[in-house]
Amino acid sequence: MSATNKLTIARAMAESLAQEMRTDPNVFIMGEDIAQLGGVFGNTRGLYTEFGEERIRDTPISETAFIGAGVGAAMDGMRPVVELMFVDFFGVCFDAIYNLMAKNIYFSGGHSNVPMVIMASTGGGYSDGGQHSQCLYATFAHLPGMKVIAPSNAYDAKGLLTAAIRDNSPVIYLFHKGLQGMGWLGTEPAAINQVPEENYQLEIGKAKTVISGTDITIVSIGMGVHHALKAAHELQKDDISIEVIDLCSLVPLDRQHIIESVNKTGRLIVVDEDYHSYGMSGEIFASVIEHDHTIFKTPPQRITYPDIPIPFSRPMEQWALPSTEKIIHACLTMKEK
Amino acid sequence: MLPTNEQRRWMYRNMLISRYMEERIETIYMEGKKPIFNMANGPIPGEMHLSNGQEPCAVGVCCHLGTEDIVTATHRPHHIAIAKGVDLKKMMAEIFGKKTGLSGGRGGHMHLFDKDVNFACSGIIAQGMGPAVGAALSRKLQRKSGIAIAYIGEGAANQGAFHETLNLASVWKLPVIFIIEDNDWGISVAKSTSTSVSKNSDRAAAYGMPGIFIKDNCPDQIFSATAAAVEQARCGDGPTLIEIKTSRLAGHFMGDAEDYRPKGEKENLLKNDPIPTYRQALLDEDVITIEEDSALVQETQQLIEDAITFARESDEPAPEEALEHVFAH
Ligand SMILES: Cc1ncc(C[n+]2csc(CCOP(=O)(O)OP(=O)(O)O)c2C)c(N)n1
Repeated sequence: MSATNKLTIARAMAESLAQEMRTDPNVFIMGEDIAQLGGVFGNTRGLYTEFGEERIRDTPISETAFIGAGVGAAMDGMRPVVELMFVDFFGVCFDAIYNLMAKNIYFSGGHSNVPMVIMASTGGGYSDGGQHSQCLYATFAHLPGMKVIAPSNAYDAKGLLTAAIRDNSPVIYLFHKGLQGMGWLGTEPAAINQVPEENYQLEIGKAKTVISGTDITIVSIGMGVHHALKAAHELQKDDISIEVIDLCSLVPLDRQHIIESVNKTGRLIVVDEDYHSYGMSGEIFASVIEHDHTIFKTPPQRITYPDIPIPFSRPMEQWALPSTEKIIHACLTMKEK
Repeated sequence: MLPTNEQRRWMYRNMLISRYMEERIETIYMEGKKPIFNMANGPIPGEMHLSNGQEPCAVGVCCHLGTEDIVTATHRPHHIAIAKGVDLKKMMAEIFGKKTGLSGGRGGHMHLFDKDVNFACSGIIAQGMGPAVGAALSRKLQRKSGIAIAYIGEGAANQGAFHETLNLASVWKLPVIFIIEDNDWGISVAKSTSTSVSKNSDRAAAYGMPGIFIKDNCPDQIFSATAAAVEQARCGDGPTLIEIKTSRLAGHFMGDAEDYRPKGEKENLLKNDPIPTYRQALLDEDVITIEEDSALVQETQQLIEDAITFARESDEPAPEEALEHVFAH
């Protein structure tokens, strides 16, 4: 048994990065404010002191350049980890992401690898406005060639980041600001958990059943998992037994895991902080129906972010976000049917 | 071209409004965020980027502009919004996320839009530049008067959009001026470690347009140095890139511990605060008297207090209003 520590996601990420950099000299990190500042969200804290400016590289505000450069370095044998501070900034550098990073393995007929990770923060809830609060899970998941993962707690955060760094394909690693353990963003306490000191990997593309239940399956990712867990806890009092699945990965998507659960419960709710339309919830419904269109005892429900830019004002933003209350309400109406 | 005394008083007054607004926001922002700082709490949640120290860049340029001219600003927009004449009450209400705000609380402090005075901003670095170029194109095509100004920070001069828009504005000879507020820092990254040239104004040469470097954070100098660029844009002779050496007196955003700043830098900047310096100059040159100055201070403070009262007393938007205005009516 190795020792464990209670860590925030931010610290778990930094621990994974440090361990991978110690064992593999080809791993390096670049991005804005990741060196002395340790990343705006703390996920590279302490690394600059240990590894120095050669391997922990502060970049100009030039995402097209440094993400494109990540692709070139990755194809030439390095393992770059690139930070995109807010996922919302993808727009200025999306070509480097989806036309280069995500396609070069294919274009090379599998002769080249692109072992690169992009880490980006997601999520809102603290009034940061429509250009700093999005999730955009589906935007990345929709385009082939990149794996997309989003841990909901520190243990997963470390194991998945290690797996992402060692993966020979490009990985988009999305961490939710509200789970990061930075006090100034408020923090979901359940995201802070025991993390082994030793290095370990979790398989990308594997979902987890966080709690088992028999009445309703709730599928989610990132922050949504915590909303679902709280709802499940509340609903126990009404004798409603909820199964909560944490997808951990959107690409590859663990469809089998979801189908097995819905086979058992016959009821499905998907909770997604990303925009409603053309998103994760639709994909999951379709995956289940394609497998067996008779599987549902009641129509599935989705609790998602409406198709609107994210408003600054607190009452509007809070109203629009998925919440424990919305999930409880959905479960109760579902059980009545 | 030197500013008239009337213009100097206008610039000073708008600098005072901006500074006092920032001082008040600083206090109000911390309400409910003590003892444990959590961005989500308090009457003004979210990020807050203050512009104190950079006021001269706003007034020195905007003093040449009228309502019809178009300005796009950055994530640090307050001083520019004030100098462009954005309604103080509606702006404050927007910063509080109230129904009476510029966009009914949808935008917040990084996304202030005031159609009445042709002001807009964006929180994505350098992305105000394209819309300014487009507005300039529109004025040219429609043969309407008015020019466009895009403000950016020095960090933004390393964005693709910077280089692309400069080139476009130059080949199409558009009535647009690009203003770089060089405060030396892009969050924690020093300009010296992120930028290949020591002066971004030198980059203008690559795009065949004049590049002007203004070395002092002084409204009069900025006014004088930008006059020719405004004239050039107005008479159809194309764009100019202007870089102003200025200073960010606060952290990148509120809550920034600024550990990355070299020792003593902040103290030095505070010693050279442009507002007391300008005040002294105006007093020394008899542009204002001490009595006029204190009256002005009081008047501008009152404006801000009124705006704050308006914002505080305004209603929150109804939650469902979040669904409105995704598309045009
Ligand atoms: C495309 C993009 N990348 C990164 C950011 C994050 N960011 C916000 S402000 C900032 C620094 C900007 O520096 P500068 O342009 O010099 O303006 P200043 O903050 O100094 O006024 C960064 C990196 C962003 N908003 N947009």
